Amino acid sequence: MTENGNSAARAGAAAVADDGPKKTVKLNIFRGTEEDGKEVEYEVELAEGMVVLDAVLKIQAEQEDDLAVRWNCKAAHCGSCSAEINGKPKLLCKSRVEEYEGQEIHVQPLHAFPIIKDLVSDVSWNYEVSKGIKPFTSDEQAPFTMYEEDVERLYEPKKCIECFMCQDVCHVLRTHNKHEEFAGPRFFVRNQWLEMHPMDNQDRLEDVKEKDGVGLCNITKCCTEVCPVGIKITDNSIIPLKERVADEYYDPAKWLMRKIRGRKSMTNREAEAAKNGN
Amino acid sequence: MQATFEKVRLGNRHLEEGVQALSSVAAAWKKLPWWVEPFTVAGVLIAFGIYSTAVIVFAGGQYEQYISPFFSFTATMDTPAWAPAFITAPMLLLWIPLGFRATCYYYRKAYYRAFFWDPPACQASAQTKEPRSAENYRGERALFVLNNVHRYFLYASFFVIAFLWYEAFRTVFTYDAGVQIAVGSLLWFANIILVSAYTFSCHSFRHLIGGNMNCYSCVKGGGARRKTYNFVSRLNAKHPQWAWYSLFSLLFTDIYLRLIAAGTIQDYVLISFGG
Amino acid sequence: METNGSRNRENFEVREHDVLIIGAGGAGMRAAVEAAGKGLSVGIVTKSLLGKAHTVMAEGGMAAAIGNVDPEDSWRQHFIDTMKGGKFINNWRMAEIHAKESPDRAYELEQWGALFNRTPEGKISQRPFGAHTYRRLAHVGDRTGLELIRTMQEKVLATDTKVYMETTVTKLLQDASGRVVGALAYTRENGKFIHYKAKAVVMATGGWGRIFKVTSNSWEGTGDGAILAYDIGAEMVDMEMVQFHPTGMVWPPGVRGLLVTEGVRGEGGVLKNSEGKRYMGDYDPERMELSSRDVVARANFSEVQAGRGSEHGGVYLDITHLGYEGIMQKLPTMHEQFLKLADVDIAKEPMEVFPTIHYTMGGIKVEPEHCATTVPGLFAAGECSGGLHGANRLGGNSLSDLLVFGRRAGIGAVEYVEQNTHGTDIPEADVQTEIRRVLDPMERTKSDKDESPYLLQSELQDVMMEHANLVRDEDALKEGLGKILAIKDRVPNVKVGGNRLFNPGWHTAQDIKYLVQVSELIVRCAIERKEKRGSQWRLDHDELVDEYGSINFITKKGPQGEVEIERREIPPMPGHLSELLDESAKGAKV
Repeated sequence: MTENGNSAARAGAAAVADDGPKKTVKLNIFRGTEEDGKEVEYEVELAEGMVVLDAVLKIQAEQEDDLAVRWNCKAAHCGSCSAEINGKPKLLCKSRVEEYEGQEIHVQPLHAFPIIKDLVSDVSWNYEVSKGIKPFTSDEQAPFTMYEEDVERLYEPKKCIECFMCQDVCHVLRTHNKHEEFAGPRFFVRNQWLEMHPMDNQDRLEDVKEKDGVGLCNITKCCTEVCPVGIKITDNSIIPLKERVADEYYDPAKWLMRKIRGRKSMTNREAEAAKNGN
Repeated sequence: MQATFEKVRLGNRHLEEGVQALSSVAAAWKKLPWWVEPFTVAGVLIAFGIYSTAVIVFAGGQYEQYISPFFSFTATMDTPAWAPAFITAPMLLLWIPLGFRATCYYYRKAYYRAFFWDPPACQASAQTKEPRSAENYRGERALFVLNNVHRYFLYASFFVIAFLWYEAFRTVFTYDAGVQIAVGSLLWFANIILVSAYTFSCHSFRHLIGGNMNCYSCVKGGGARRKTYNFVSRLNAKHPQWAWYSLFSLLFTDIYLRLIAAGTIQDYVLISFGG
Repeated sequence: METNGSRNRENFEVREHDVLIIGAGGAGMRAAVEAAGKGLSVGIVTKSLLGKAHTVMAEGGMAAAIGNVDPEDSWRQHFIDTMKGGKFINNWRMAEIHAKESPDRAYELEQWGALFNRTPEGKISQRPFGAHTYRRLAHVGDRTGLELIRTMQEKVLATDTKVYMETTVTKLLQDASGRVVGALAYTRENGKFIHYKAKAVVMATGGWGRIFKVTSNSWEGTGDGAILAYDIGAEMVDMEMVQFHPTGMVWPPGVRGLLVTEGVRGEGGVLKNSEGKRYMGDYDPERMELSSRDVVARANFSEVQAGRGSEHGGVYLDITHLGYEGIMQKLPTMHEQFLKLADVDIAKEPMEVFPTIHYTMGGIKVEPEHCATTVPGLFAAGECSGGLHGANRLGGNSLSDLLVFGRRAGIGAVEYVEQNTHGTDIPEADVQTEIRRVLDPMERTKSDKDESPYLLQSELQDVMMEHANLVRDEDALKEGLGKILAIKDRVPNVKVGGNRLFNPGWHTAQDIKYLVQVSELIVRCAIERKEKRGSQWRLDHDELVDEYGSINFITKKGPQGEVEIERREIPPMPGHLSELLDESAKGAKV
């Protein structure tokens, strides 16, 4: 079949050859499985504004019909086509080929997870972690009265498209394999908006500390560097959670205050209102 | 509310334009091999450490109306009698900024990367160079859990900030009771402004001022808290920059003092009254 | 788990659920939450990872007449707008249910953690959108679909629903009496077969925009669900109705067709031609850019046809008046999309846009109350079903459709399961036959007649672009039909290399059958509907024909596998609804 695909590719190339030689681009793409895989070089015709995903799909359609790659929207909205280009996690649909002019292009799957085949890794672990997080819960009945000024900082974590590139680049998962003890940046992002949501009544700090292992994060910010939607994961999600965990577990003054005032179980809104005597 | 939101955005815009000018430099920096950054950071921090240790152990900290920020508050003090011989006066206060910076969320990133190589950089090839075995990694769960003390160093730093402001104002008054503004004074003010920016852009401060709240509209004075929080958040976005700028301003201020003390350069007076 | 037998017998896993849901977009997940909430065992099968479904691409918002910004709004006005937009061939009962229930679905999302932009009073904010009389779209920036799907996903994960990710259904299984009792599927990861046994199946697989080359749809929009249902005898309604979104990107080639949200026009974006003229006044002076999508799409098309197009064959959409700050607040995703992919800063220069295939109004015919199809045991909701939107869907009505009818399909499935005690067994031979068919493109020996699935798909897309695009006429459609039928004959020749391990060639080989069949239905219906109505624009019959205003075209698979088309009268509207439309026609706002 590969021969078939190749001949078709040649036919395609011949059809457009009348206006001179076309520019091409070479890609080294990981082919194979976790146990048995290596990079293979492909050459495709370059089109204006081409993204790496275009090139990969062109190779798939014309040269290697079983080349595995995940993609859906091709508009950087869904976060499916995450892979590593030259050792850095990238959305293939958002990485222009021209950006790599003068460099070799190496495309690899996400390595923090088991590789299934070619550019596809098994990311199902992430969904297991997600399942373990206490979902949003409110005592109040929607429609909520909730002000922009109270929720404006929640839009940022909510932008997450679950591309799992932060999980891939995080050395706690990638190098130290702490998948059992550590939830990864993506899920601190989720915990953060849940914790800061004015209508939510759950306390997740114990989970964040114990189960999700926020202490394993050493805030070296690779997750922030790779986030395709620009969430400042470390500064705006992880560190605020670390500070809240510190309030709860590492701050003797806060501990003393809790002993004196006592703790009540109520929604964030009520608690805050009570604390301030409203 | 909408209007304030717009204003905040507008402020951001100017900031962003400035950042864009820097971004070409940043882009060039990113093109360098990954090991350049950890080695540079390690080099600068070590050099700073050596310089500051030498200064506080072997040198004095005052020249005319100028007090070196390393000798803030302690310049004219004697070492207490009970202290061992290797303790010098500046050390009585310097543990505060040292501890503040050592437990700072930004410097933590910097030294985990530069000294522990955990990880040295984000690239796949860099991460394979991590020296620690997969099993031994404890992150901030073992020894480094102590970094949670950061907020207490923050509280202590408020005193240091106060002294530094006081000493910056003092540079305006010469010994012969005159008032003058010299290049030195500008330097001292620049330093304390940068140190303040660094201190008040701290993540713990951001948490204290509003990060720990979920509902501003539910409480009295919540609006002010929110505005302060948003302001601190904008400062905080540049926390790494403040960390470096203030480190260098400390260094330059101290060097300047030593250069005028040694007569290598003259402190240039811009405006003076009386005296 | 069954064990291996004879040589030609394939291993397969058996999974049993009360309700099997095919598709994990907004509708599928809403149905799952409903059924799981009633304590039933629910399975969701999805071709992709969870949370990647096409719902995520919805940008503008969710229409719900909650009247937070314009208190005059009501379900009645929403109903009228929907019917008007659909050129009155909508299923009026669905339009009524939809208008009445979408506010509750919006609040429900909020209850589950979704965060919409707020009004100064702390309520859900609403933005204006094409052909909605009032500001009606609950939204969060330009990523409302993401908010919806993530909220539903987290809700689903919090139930006992079993999610089968990256699994493709190839056939709906029926018992001897013809009712649906499960489905056969394979996992994309490793090609293992699963026989799902279920008392009820909910189809929520979305649309089929992938039959066109220039489309805002992801690879998934291949019409699986519609054709799986069609193949077992379900009726389809108004398949000719395919929506062209007026504004898709045109440059560079790789992103051609990528959606530019209607939110841009909602926020005051204006359309201009190469002469710099704001031309919408010539087409709809009253509503201008915020006219319904069919009108704006035709206007954009006509301007380019008349030689007043932009450099790359589009028209200009200008939002520069908002300035950088406004754009970053209201349309950040658009800003990023153009800057990153087209090197265009939309705060400084206009975008180039042209109509792109966006949505399929037609689909599986369902009964309005509980979304039952004409096949017992099979329910359908969301884009794969038809009826609600008539000849043209209003922006923002899709997200509300998903939740309103996803929920109702869930209720329908639950009631069906509770009322029926039939078994779900089928002869194993049926399963084995289907497995052999699915494996054929990989296992068959090579021959000269072999076809690449990618190239065949591409060829079909070219045919649809040429013959069944925004403008249609009888000759072109008939010629197109001939080409489609010729491609249909070649589908069995599709051959792929590689093995079962995550093999996109093999997966594409499955899709091609759906794409071809759905294209045939569209073209056949488009030939029948000789008028200009909503998305159907026949150049050879360039006007609204009253006769067609009261009929739906129902398609069904005939006994010989041929396409049967029936003109079916739309039942008369009850008084309380027809009065609304009459009053509205007189110019009264209700």
